[in-house]
Amino acid sequence: MSIEIKKAVLSSAAVAAALAVAQPALAGKANDTLVYASDSEPESVSPYHNNVREGVILARNAWDTLLWRDPGSGEYVPLLATSWEWVDDKTLDVELRQGVTFHNGEPFDADDVVFTFNYVVTPEAKVVTKQNVEWIESAEKLGPYKVRIHTKGPFPAALEYLSGPTPIYPNEYFEKVGLEGYSKAPVGTGPYKITRVDVGKGVSLEKFDGYFKDSPRGEASIGKLEFRVIPDAETRVAELMTGGVDWIWRVPADQADQLEQMPNVEVLNAETMRVAYLAMDAAGRTAEDSPFKDIRVRRAVAHAIDRQAIVDNLVRGASRVMHAACFPSQFGCDMEAVKKYEYDPAKAKELLAEAGYKDGFKTDIYAYREREYTEAMMGYLRDVGIDANLHFLKYAALRDLQRAGKVPLNSQTWGSFSVNDVSAFTGVYFKGGPDDYAMDAEVTELLEKGDVTTDPAKRKELYREALQKIAEQAYWLPLFSYSTNYAFTSDLSFEAQPDEVVRFYMASWK
Amino acid sequence: MIGYILRRAAVALSVAFTVSVVSFLLLHLSGDLAVAIAGPEATPAQVEQIRLEYGLDRPLWVQYGEWLAGAVQFDFGRSFFFREDVSTLVLDRLPVTMTLGAIALAFAVVLAVPLGVVAAIRPNSWLDRVALTIAVAGQAMPSFWFALVLILVVGVQLRWLPISGNDTWQHFVLPAIALGYYATPAIMRLTRTGMLDVLSSDYIRTARAKGLRTSTVLVKHALRNAIIPVVALAAVQLGFMLGGSVVIETIFALHGLGHLAWESISRNDFPVVQAVVLILAMFYILLTFLADLLNAWLDPKIRVA
Repeated sequence: MSIEIKKAVLSSAAVAAALAVAQPALAGKANDTLVYASDSEPESVSPYHNNVREGVILARNAWDTLLWRDPGSGEYVPLLATSWEWVDDKTLDVELRQGVTFHNGEPFDADDVVFTFNYVVTPEAKVVTKQNVEWIESAEKLGPYKVRIHTKGPFPAALEYLSGPTPIYPNEYFEKVGLEGYSKAPVGTGPYKITRVDVGKGVSLEKFDGYFKDSPRGEASIGKLEFRVIPDAETRVAELMTGGVDWIWRVPADQADQLEQMPNVEVLNAETMRVAYLAMDAAGRTAEDSPFKDIRVRRAVAHAIDRQAIVDNLVRGASRVMHAACFPSQFGCDMEAVKKYEYDPAKAKELLAEAGYKDGFKTDIYAYREREYTEAMMGYLRDVGIDANLHFLKYAALRDLQRAGKVPLNSQTWGSFSVNDVSAFTGVYFKGGPDDYAMDAEVTELLEKGDVTTDPAKRKELYREALQKIAEQAYWLPLFSYSTNYAFTSDLSFEAQPDEVVRFYMASWK
Repeated sequence: MIGYILRRAAVALSVAFTVSVVSFLLLHLSGDLAVAIAGPEATPAQVEQIRLEYGLDRPLWVQYGEWLAGAVQFDFGRSFFFREDVSTLVLDRLPVTMTLGAIALAFAVVLAVPLGVVAAIRPNSWLDRVALTIAVAGQAMPSFWFALVLILVVGVQLRWLPISGNDTWQHFVLPAIALGYYATPAIMRLTRTGMLDVLSSDYIRTARAKGLRTSTVLVKHALRNAIIPVVALAAVQLGFMLGGSVVIETIFALHGLGHLAWESISRNDFPVVQAVVLILAMFYILLTFLADLLNAWLDPKIRVA
């Protein structure tokens, strides 16, 4: 071996040894760094410019909104605002908190709020989460700490939107760096500040020491957060088992069972806002003689399916049987006020016979996820004589058919974008839009009125009536809520909420 | 020789063109892209807006032509998902994939060539069989499964190496083994065949008769000649590995081209998928082309065939 080669070998060995020493930062309680992993990354860290859950998590931990919905009580409490008042049904005046600063030291005031709202409604902003800002007309400054928000129409759900998906940006910093700069080094006022954005790899966050002391969200307890993108589910589990990451979510049931056996890992199953339902063609959109035009047939379907058994045996976890066309935590969703259909196949057969389908009938059922849930329902339907032929499609394809009025029985789910207001759920399906298979003018009117009534009590009453009519007419069979598994190191104290907004600022080490 | 090069180049170019057309069509046939981009809970108006914004309302051949004109200048348009140029995204991720491919190939060669030599020394003996079994096991196992086994055994049980990420060189070891092992049988068998040919030739007998040590005969005289076609094969295998890195990078969370392709497929980020498919195909075509030339240069018989 020549001397040159020897030198080369020696120097590369030295490099290798140096690299071996430079181990990546360890996760866990010992160095106060919570590493959490998920399968995908937000396309931009700017909360208005991504549409993924991982982005929502960053938004809720590193930014503040005007109001905050207390996940415990469900009440709206002031956060960056101190009080608010509807001047009329299209004008909302908000007093702002003083003494709040952004992560970069910029003081928070009315200019920031006015800038943020006026910016996100412009087409040039290219906001991805349009449904969250579409209701805003404009914002105007009334004083250094007072703003007026104009809505496009009467929009009582504004409070819900102001307490979630509408974080406030620093106007001076944003105008200086632009969207591109902001996505790489974002600044908010939240309990955590983002210290590094690594496209494709992850995001680092650090507790914001200057977080305002009287925030109802409270100060963060854990010093550092590290978000890592790990696309493969098995790899995430392996990393959790070896302590490479501290927290993962959406763990499949079989892996959750295995993880539960591990001494250093805790598994938490929690309900989510996603609701499964079975929609029936009550309006006769698929065919003039659709059997589901008959209320007795629709009620027969409702009695035929043992939803509790499906929850207990297939869906499992924290899932619950649903009765109304909404999720219980949503404003206006009253699960108790509606008619409930118990599992009663004999009654289902009776109703079918009354409707003239003594020997049952054939129909088509469409589905796009969890084929086994739909197949279980098909089994129950077959028991009472309804022979449903399954069409299992991709979501986009199913929705085309659905909107074209070609789906007699639709086994579907809805997640409401985690918006805690009935308007984000019921209205989608019962306001006469392309997804409405009931076409009930009375229900439509009630919902439309509810959507623009600012008095909360009156609003609740209108929604209650609409939901009662929907259940009474059995237009729709709400099935069950979904649940999800979180798994994390047993050093961590963590609670999950149905809106799947992961609030790390509320987590702590044991 | 010039004629041969031109013929091969023409073939390579037409393959590249076919790949670009097929990948373009397949992606467009996979469903309504505008609906897919808009996401499951978008309104019809939002879908229409996206259709216009991304030019998806135009005839397919116009969209293809425009894309191809850009692609030859390394301009693949902008990602639907990331607000960045596809070429920037690709250049960002390329080094990781190249590093992985190089280490995987090195692993495959270091494992396969000695196995091939050992097998050739005593053909059809138990040694030959063992060497062959070790190599063939690599091809018989699906690489994603082997990757998970490596994670469980080396990562979780023994805790010798990190499981995911690409921060240090250790992070590349497991993925490179998972990727490289698959290529061992081809390299090993070609080495074995080459060695058998050479070992039975006259000059080796002469070398042995001169009283040279066996190791000198094997390495200096035999392997040097037997290895030349293996080099060409290894180039082709590298092309395979770059393609195979889609699965491996995803499993080990290496943020290279393969991971980018996987992510982009699942979120219908069509310009990125298109670019990655084309670039990986180009590598393969280029490497195959070079291998062809190398072989032709070594063996004049190929040139006329």
